[in-house]
Amino acid sequence: MSTDNNRLYESMGDKVLRYVTLLMAILVVILMIWIGWQMFSSSQESIQHFGWAFITSRVWDPVHHIFGALPFIYGTIVTSVVALIIAAPIGISVAIFLNEMAPSTIRKVVAFLVELLAAIPSVVYGLWGIFVLAPVLRQSVEPWLTKWFGFIPWFKGAPVGFDMFGGGIILAIMILPTITSISREVMAAVPTAHREAALALGATKWEMIRLSVLSYSKSGILGSIMLGLGRALGETMAVTMVIGNMPKISSSLFSSAYSMAAVIANEFTEATYSLYLSSCIEIGLILFGITLLLNIFARLLVWSVARGPKGGHLV
Amino acid sequence: MGQSLSIRQLEAWYGTNQTLKGINMEIAANQVTAIIGPSGCGKSTFVRCINRMHETLPGSKVKGEIILNGESIYGQDPVSLRKTVGMVFQKPNPFPSMTIFENVVAGVKLNGMRNRQNLQTIAEKSLRMAALWDEVKDRLNYSGMSLSGGQQQRLCIARALAVEPSVLLMDEPASALDPIATMRIEELVGQLKSEYTIVIVTHNMQQAARIADTTAFFLNGELVEHGPTSEIFTNPRDKRTEDYITGRFG
Amino acid sequence: MINTRRNFVNKLMLGLFSVATFVALVPLFALLGYVIKNGITSLNLDFFTKLPAVMGMSGGGMANAIAGTLILIAIASIIGIPIGILVAIYLTEYDRYSWLSTTVRFTTDVLTGIPSIIIGIVVSMAIVAKTKHFSAFAGGVSLAVIMIPLVIRSTEEMLKLVPHAIREAGYALGISQRRIILNIVLPTAAKGIITGAMLAVARVSGETAPLLFTALGNQYWTHSLFKDPIASLPVQIYTYATSPYDEWHRQAWAGSLVLIAIILCLNLIARFAFRSRSN
Repeated sequence: MSTDNNRLYESMGDKVLRYVTLLMAILVVILMIWIGWQMFSSSQESIQHFGWAFITSRVWDPVHHIFGALPFIYGTIVTSVVALIIAAPIGISVAIFLNEMAPSTIRKVVAFLVELLAAIPSVVYGLWGIFVLAPVLRQSVEPWLTKWFGFIPWFKGAPVGFDMFGGGIILAIMILPTITSISREVMAAVPTAHREAALALGATKWEMIRLSVLSYSKSGILGSIMLGLGRALGETMAVTMVIGNMPKISSSLFSSAYSMAAVIANEFTEATYSLYLSSCIEIGLILFGITLLLNIFARLLVWSVARGPKGGHLV
Repeated sequence: MGQSLSIRQLEAWYGTNQTLKGINMEIAANQVTAIIGPSGCGKSTFVRCINRMHETLPGSKVKGEIILNGESIYGQDPVSLRKTVGMVFQKPNPFPSMTIFENVVAGVKLNGMRNRQNLQTIAEKSLRMAALWDEVKDRLNYSGMSLSGGQQQRLCIARALAVEPSVLLMDEPASALDPIATMRIEELVGQLKSEYTIVIVTHNMQQAARIADTTAFFLNGELVEHGPTSEIFTNPRDKRTEDYITGRFG
Repeated sequence: MINTRRNFVNKLMLGLFSVATFVALVPLFALLGYVIKNGITSLNLDFFTKLPAVMGMSGGGMANAIAGTLILIAIASIIGIPIGILVAIYLTEYDRYSWLSTTVRFTTDVLTGIPSIIIGIVVSMAIVAKTKHFSAFAGGVSLAVIMIPLVIRSTEEMLKLVPHAIREAGYALGISQRRIILNIVLPTAAKGIITGAMLAVARVSGETAPLLFTALGNQYWTHSLFKDPIASLPVQIYTYATSPYDEWHRQAWAGSLVLIAIILCLNLIARFAFRSRSN
């Protein structure tokens, strides 16, 4: 009898653990839906009040209860694109260097350093941006660019250092590890046989990389760039600290601007009336929507190459 | 003491692939029964049905009846059944996170026994039965992974014996081992049959001839022939058995 | 000769990849160099034992922020790590292939890409707005939400590495599935799970944005985990860095040094202490 009771207790225990884990798993999905719903429902007031004009209006004036998100959307997109232009080629190069070229000791050290880059908190990047990067940009880099490339509207204007260019550079440093690590993941998934096939045909190392590795993993690499972009769009502190926080739209990268995450960070707790708060949250909703779509698309790309939606094999 | 088994119209599927097609077989208590046959003939599936491990694989299905000591195993709780029907696998699989001692008593301990004194008695008894005690008695607190392959397999046998089963299933227990370790396992099987009913799957016909009282030949999911080992190897009734044991296929 | 051209292109590209790797590491050293140089000169015993000085005055420390960060990390870990591990158990032990587990896996991946400031907004509306208090609890919850997907992913990878044969051995001994999971599979993967959890902790300990709306910040000690705002290193660094006072700037560098040291320690311990120890 006692073994029967024991067995009953055990099978109860089995069920409890099973259903607790199931519940937690479902909770993750609910959490995601709930985040979206919270953002959506809390922005209703602003959505009702401004409609689509919220996205196209350039005015952000809490005193007169007028809110438009365009300058923030613009600042976010420009800084992120600058970051991508810098970080994508470098990040992919690092991935190639690590996976295809470096001897194992160097690979370990450099891979660790790149991961370290990802481990540094964004507020420290911001601090460094304020006191080191911005002065350097203002005093030497930006004047030099204006002198030689000033005919391009992007590089016109008086250098301030706290601008979209600085924001883009900080973001580039921060998203590089994302691009590198995910590119490495997809490149590592290229079967060795592909590489050997190219080498056996007499390809040089670069030709092997181009023909076997890059062509095989290009959609996954694109996914890694998109994930980097997603990270850049949502990055808050470092950008807040170097972008200058001025809601204006200028063609010059050397102009102060504002980003979506930055305006939320600065004004969310200071929003004194409900329309103001709702407008802050609607900016969050836009940010959430963009990063969500970007992530879904990017993950599908990466999954199709490296991981696959399956849980892996049994044995 | 060992218990007898009778298998009636046993059918098993893995996905859409039928791996066992209507097996009828009597397995006598306290004997060694060898299951031989070419790869993919269903011999592994067969023993995995006896302790209901086959059902744990996704996409598997079983039909038919297995009677253990007068009682259908499909009427029983599978987890309890597996305490009566122990199993040893092809590759030694000690629990990596546990010491030798913990490995041996894992079954009893995780089924609720906590008394340290009892556990020690059980561990020693099981290790002695598995002919491993003298080799490990001074290092019971070492990791189970620190043993050689043959020792690991005997550790797994000791672990299976510790829960006091009456039937012991062995799925090619020596195929991953060197000849000397294999010999020790074979000796051990001979000693254990006085206490247990043993069903051993093997792809090695000499092994079956050396250790088994009766031998069953499986082919394509069917039981072709089952009889005393000496008869199967010297005077098979079925042409297919003869072809197989004389090495004409498989 | 075609071959010389091909060789040249080969050398050029390989050279570019190496140079790019070097360029990528320059900011790391520039940043670490400044943090160490500016941080060390501002670090002293007061920094670890004293509360912040009154605005603009010299002296004072970040004792409350250091303690606050540890408290927030603890709350986040208590909530986030068990949930993450349980979900990973579901995904590996109970249900590897169904549409539900695929959905959960996908959601987990997508969740890691949601900006942390969004998490801050949502938790703030759910907890701060309801309780009418900024609190350590709200801050800890927002960090936990960021941790959960990281823990799920790393734990799942580790559980997948446990050979199926180990689980079969457990079944064959008549051990219940719960005990196989809790007493056999989890201990086998323990080192990897701890490593992953520590990396997740390291990752959230530098988070600032979600804390702005949940834990807020505090120049004093916190007396209630549910009713008082609480200071944290990242928020304190932010406040000081954007202030006009030189003294606070120096403290921001010192705070950054301490924060990076904490994160680096967690990373190194996770990587070396738990990965390579063998029996």
